[in-house]
Formats: sequence, structure tokens, C-alpha cells
Amino acid sequence: MKVLPEDPVKRLSVKLAITSFGFLLFALFVMPPLYVAFCEITGLNGKTGDKYEAVDAVVDTSREIKVQFVATNNEGMPWQFGPEVKTLIVHPGEQTRINYLAKNPTGNDMIGQAIPSLIPYKAASYFHKTECFCFNQQALLAGEEAVLPMFFIIDQDLPEHIKSITLSYTIFDVTDRFSREELLSMVDTGQ
Amino acid sequence: MAHGPAKGITRWLYTTNHKDIGSMYLWFSFAMFFLGGIFALVIRAELFQPGLQIVDPNFFNQMTTMHGLVMVFGAVMPAFVGLANWMIPMQIGAPDMALPRMNNWSFWILPFAFAMLSSTLFMEGGAPNFGWTFYAPLSTTYAPPSVTFFIFAVHIMGASSIMGAINIIATIVNMRAPGMTYMKMPLFVWTWLITAFLLIAVMPVLAGVVTMMLMDIHFGTSFFDAAGGGDPVLFQHIFWFFGHPEVYIMILPAFGIVSAIIPTFARKPLFGYSSMVYATAAIAFLSFVVWAHHMFTVGLPIAGELFFMWATMLIAVPTGVKVFNWVATMFKGAMTFETPMLFSIAFVILFTIGGFSGLMLAIAPADFQYHDTYFVVAHFHYVLVPGAIFSITAGVYYWLPKWCGNMYNETMGKVHFWLAFIGLNVTFFPMHFSGLAGMPRRIPDYNMMFADWNMISSVGAFLFGAAQVMFLYNVIATIVGGKKATAEVWENPEGLEWTVPSPAPYHTFSEPPEFKSSH
Ligand code: HEM
Ligand SMILES: [Cu+2]
Repeated sequence: MKVLPEDPVKRLSVKLAITSFGFLLFALFVMPPLYVAFCEITGLNGKTGDKYEAVDAVVDTSREIKVQFVATNNEGMPWQFGPEVKTLIVHPGEQTRINYLAKNPTGNDMIGQAIPSLIPYKAASYFHKTECFCFNQQALLAGEEAVLPMFFIIDQDLPEHIKSITLSYTIFDVTDRFSREELLSMVDTGQ
Repeated sequence: MAHGPAKGITRWLYTTNHKDIGSMYLWFSFAMFFLGGIFALVIRAELFQPGLQIVDPNFFNQMTTMHGLVMVFGAVMPAFVGLANWMIPMQIGAPDMALPRMNNWSFWILPFAFAMLSSTLFMEGGAPNFGWTFYAPLSTTYAPPSVTFFIFAVHIMGASSIMGAINIIATIVNMRAPGMTYMKMPLFVWTWLITAFLLIAVMPVLAGVVTMMLMDIHFGTSFFDAAGGGDPVLFQHIFWFFGHPEVYIMILPAFGIVSAIIPTFARKPLFGYSSMVYATAAIAFLSFVVWAHHMFTVGLPIAGELFFMWATMLIAVPTGVKVFNWVATMFKGAMTFETPMLFSIAFVILFTIGGFSGLMLAIAPADFQYHDTYFVVAHFHYVLVPGAIFSITAGVYYWLPKWCGNMYNETMGKVHFWLAFIGLNVTFFPMHFSGLAGMPRRIPDYNMMFADWNMISSVGAFLFGAAQVMFLYNVIATIVGGKKATAEVWENPEGLEWTVPSPAPYHTFSEPPEFKSSH
């Protein structure tokens, strides 16, 4: 079966057109996932991983890691949002809980989404979350407030030179992206 | 045999003749050059003094954005495609481009793209105001509604460039005169061949990135939106994966033009032809692995900073080879200084200055200071104005007599050169200083301490603009009349284009010519 035309000019042109279309597909469908995968493996953009299944591990009491918690509101997000405590000292291997507090002071029901970022980047892949409010959106009815827990374990393999980690959450207003029903079902399931 | 062009407007609408299409591209580019120039003068008028006097800040941002977009995509790129249309078939002894109908298409969609882009100036919310680099989320979450028109305009420009590039490659690969092997092709043809491959690789990436913006804005995806799990830094990676090769798209054909002109007026063959070819290919190849030198401050890991720093510096090596070869060509040559040669010599000197400031910017730790200051503006204007624009101007003066059969006014050409040369240096040299002193780019108002440099820059800009009006006048006067040019035009220029009469007949090389190489 002949797919490409016989005429050399047409043949070459078709090949070039296919190549350029290939680069379009590459940009649309390869570059973004490649970037995400690259960042996930290296922790480069400070994103922390998805839910982690805790494994039995010894707590390394010889090391103390200072973990600082930061919160930021994205532009236009009216919620009051912040960690219960600003700093914790933890040992690698130890499961720890930290609460963030959120309050929707407005007269509207809203949905927020917290996006984590962690420095130093090198620590991102050693910071495991077994449970986190950031895995889901949070719905808060007008005036409602909530305690948002997060459980984490710092890996025993955390490089020796890292003594302190800063975890930052930025809360975004994503109300527009969901319907009223979705909002209410989020409230029901207590997410 | 040869019949002339059709009459009236349909000649231009339906033409498939490479010379007609080349002329249309060049006129279009000239028009965009003036439009982009007006935008630049609005910017410089506002910056003449500190404080806000002429335009409001949002309009100022629209001007910097539109100036960049119009100059890059409307002036520089179409001018090179126009020169390619005119000169590649004539330099390789082909009767026309390989795909003449597509050629017509790739030109005629351009005016629509730019009409659409320009119309955004009159829309509610104004034109795009997020810079020619249109970083997300400025260009997505915070963009004016006209961004959608901007996106479609970029799609059309991309389609035009890709079609043009396919045509150029198909022409060069298939239609060379017998005996013209690849290593005997004129350098303008070589540099365009390589440029066309760059276009085919990166224009789709540009189309891809604006498509992702479109999806984020209208279809609820989150490629670049952190709230939905995306990342604005991804935008910058994709943009600069296109953007850095793009800056070479705007300079490689320029290398080809000056490599044609300098030997003619130095009366010596080009020094180091094959090293020129290899250097061009090396630059093109390296241009794919340096993109993040535009992103040193986004928080790259140390390894990334170092890699992109060294890779960027590596590009200076083949670039240095080229500059060396041009200088060596002139060395002990019997030089004369006609207008095309003046522009070419200025190209070599001033482009080199731009290369050096590029090297300074490539030093990652230093770039933390220089980034987003006027130093960057000085750098890229030194590579683009005396680089791309001067080479195009040199090419126009060099080949205009061949196109229209008349000599241009040499005195006026020289005056144009000196005004442009002085104007450009007065405009852009002070920007090195204001930039090093910390003046940020893309702002309508600034600290008093930058006032002197800015006033000088603005004076230079108006001088440069005035010089271009003289250029326009000279070109029109040459087309209308003037001393008849000979077939050779210059003294013993090299290349097949000089073997046909001046003006070049509507159809040339209907029979493939005899090709004898001189090197
Ligand atoms: C020796 C060669 C070159 C080197 C080492 C170099 C290096 C750099 C670096 C490091 C930057 C980023 C600066 C920053 O944003 O902080 C930059 C910006 C830029 N360069 Fe070059 N460059 C070179 C040649 C060129 C050429 C030939 C062109 C175009 C013809 C060019 C056009 C640009 C443009 C347009 C920008 C600014 C883009 C923007 O942010 O708007 N450069 N260059
Ligand atoms: Cu670059």
C-alpha cells in the first residue's frame, strides 16, 4: 500500500506537514505530562505527592526536623485560612497531625482548593501525606468554619543536610468550577 | 514563451509567482514595520520623562505587547519569507517555488491575522496587555477578553509560517539547478533551509501553547492554573521551547544575507564557507537546549541553572566562528562602502555587542540582577535591530536594483544608514546603563534617577523612526524611476541571480541554468 504521494515535492511536503503536526501533538500531549512527571520525580516545583500509604517504620529520634507551616490566600479569596501552629519539631518516621483552620466569612457558600508547595525542593519527595485536606476541595457554607487536618510522615531517608522544611498552602476560590449540587454534596460528605 | 503578469487587483490576489508573492510579503512587512514603529514611539514618548503624561498604564502595556508581536511576527518574519520567495528560486536556478498555490495561501492569510490582532486595540477591555511573551496567568486568568482574538491570530500566523517553511524546504531540496550540490548552495539558501526546519519544529509548539491557553480560558482545563493542579511555570517552559529557537529564526537568514553582501564589497570570496554552514547548523541544534536561560529566576535547581548557563555560553562559539569569518572576509579586501555594505558592517559590529550582552545574561547568578530590566531590552534590541532589521535593509538595497531594474539613490541610502546607525545606538546603548542601574522593563513610569538615560533613548528612537521614512521614500523613488541597473548591478557579485537581466523578468530559469561554482 502506498500512502505517501509519488511526486518527490509532494512526498516531502506531506512528510514535513506530518512532522509539524507531530510537534503540535508533542506540545499538547507530551510536554505537560512530561513536565508533571519530571516535577513529581524530582520534586522540582515543590508539589508534594498524592496520598501515601503509611508503612511500619522506626522513628528516628536522633534527628529533629523543623517543619514550618505557611498559608496564603490567592488573589480575591476572602476566606480566613491558616495553620493552628506555625512550627512543629518532628522526628523522621513519626506520623504527625497538623490542623489548618478555615472560615468563610462571606454571605455566600463557597468552595476552596488548597495547593501545596514545599521547600527545599529536594525534600518534596521525602514528605509523605497520609491524609490531607488538599486532596479534595473544601466547601464552606456562608459563615461556616472548619478544621482541616493533615497527617504527614517525613521519610527516614531525608538527606542529612536538610534540617528544616517549609510547607505552604495557597487557597484558591474555585466556586465557579462547580455546580450548586456538587457544592451541597461536598458539604454532606463533610469534605 | 514567458507571459507577463495578469492585470489589476486579481494579479495580486491569485498570483502564484514567487516574485509577486515575495514583493507582497516585503510590502506587508514594511507596513507592519511602520505600525510596530508607531507603537514603539508611543512607548518612547511616554518614557521621555518620568511620571505619567501621555497614556494610561494599561494602554502602555498594550503598546509594549503589540509592538513586540507586530515586530516579531509581522515585520521581521514576513520580511525574511519575502526575501526567501524572491531570492531562493533565483539563487538556485529554479523557475518558481515548489508549491506555488500554497505560497499564495501562506501570504494571504497573514493580513487577516494582523487585521484581527490590530482590531483588538478597539475592543472593549483593550488589546492584549500581557507582553509579547504572554506569560500565564497574565494572559489567561487576568487577560482582557480580546485574548481570544490574539490566540486565533497566532494560530493563523503559525499556519502561514509552517506553510512557508514547507515550501522553502521543498524548493531547496528538489529544485536546485543541476550541479548545485548542497555544499555549493549560497549561504542565504543554506541559512533559510535550516531556519525552515526550526520553523517546522517550533511554530507548532507556539500553536500548542496558545491552544492550551484557549482551553484554560474557555473550556475549564488547568494547564497553567495552580488552583486546578496546573503550573504557570509550565507555560514558560513551553513558551521558551518555542521562543529561543524563534530568536534564531529571526537571525539565521540575516547571517545568510550578510554572507552574500560582504564578499561582494570586499571583493574576496567568503572566508570559511563550510564552517559557516556547520556553525549555522550547530546554532540551530543548540537553540533547542537553552530555553531556560529565560527562566533563571523561576526557581530552577542548581543543576538546571548550570546546564542552561553552559549550554547558552556554548552557542557563543559557533556565533564567534561566523563573526570571525566575516571579519576575515573583509581583511585585506578591496573594500568599498555602498549602502548594503555599510549596513552589513554595522551588522557585524553591533550584533557582536548584542552577543556579548547575551553572554552576560547567560551567567545565571548575574542574570538575577539583569533579568526583567532594561539590560535585557538593550540586549535583544542589539541583536534584533542591527541584526535582523539591518540585514533585511541591507538585503533590500542589495537586491532592489535586481527586482525593479533601477539603482536606488546612493547618497540618500548612506544618509539613511548614518541616521539609523546613530539613532539606534542613541536609543539602545543607554538602556544598558539604565538596566544595570535597575530600571525594570515594561513600566510606564520610573524613578527620577533613570530620567537622563530615558530622555536620550527617546530622542534616539524618534531619529531612528525618521530615518525609516527616508528608506520608504528611497524605495518608492527607485521603483518609480532612477538610473538603470545593469544585470550584474555590482562588481562581480557571486550568484545565479546576477545572470538574469535587471529587472528580473517575470519568469526566470524556465530552463535550468548552467551552474559553475567558484568555491
Ligand atoms: C551569543 C548569543 C546569545 C546569548 C548568549 C543570549 C542570551 C540571552 C539570555 C540569557 C536572555 C535572557 C535574559 C533575561 O530575560 O534575563 C536573552 C534574552 C533575549 N534574547 Fe538573547 N542571547 C543571544 C543571542 C540572541 C539573538 C541572536 C537573538 C535574536 C535575534 C536574541 C534575542 C533575545 C530576546 C528577544 C530576548 C528577550 C526575550 C524577552 O524576555 O522578551 N538573543 N538572551
Ligand atoms: Cu534565548
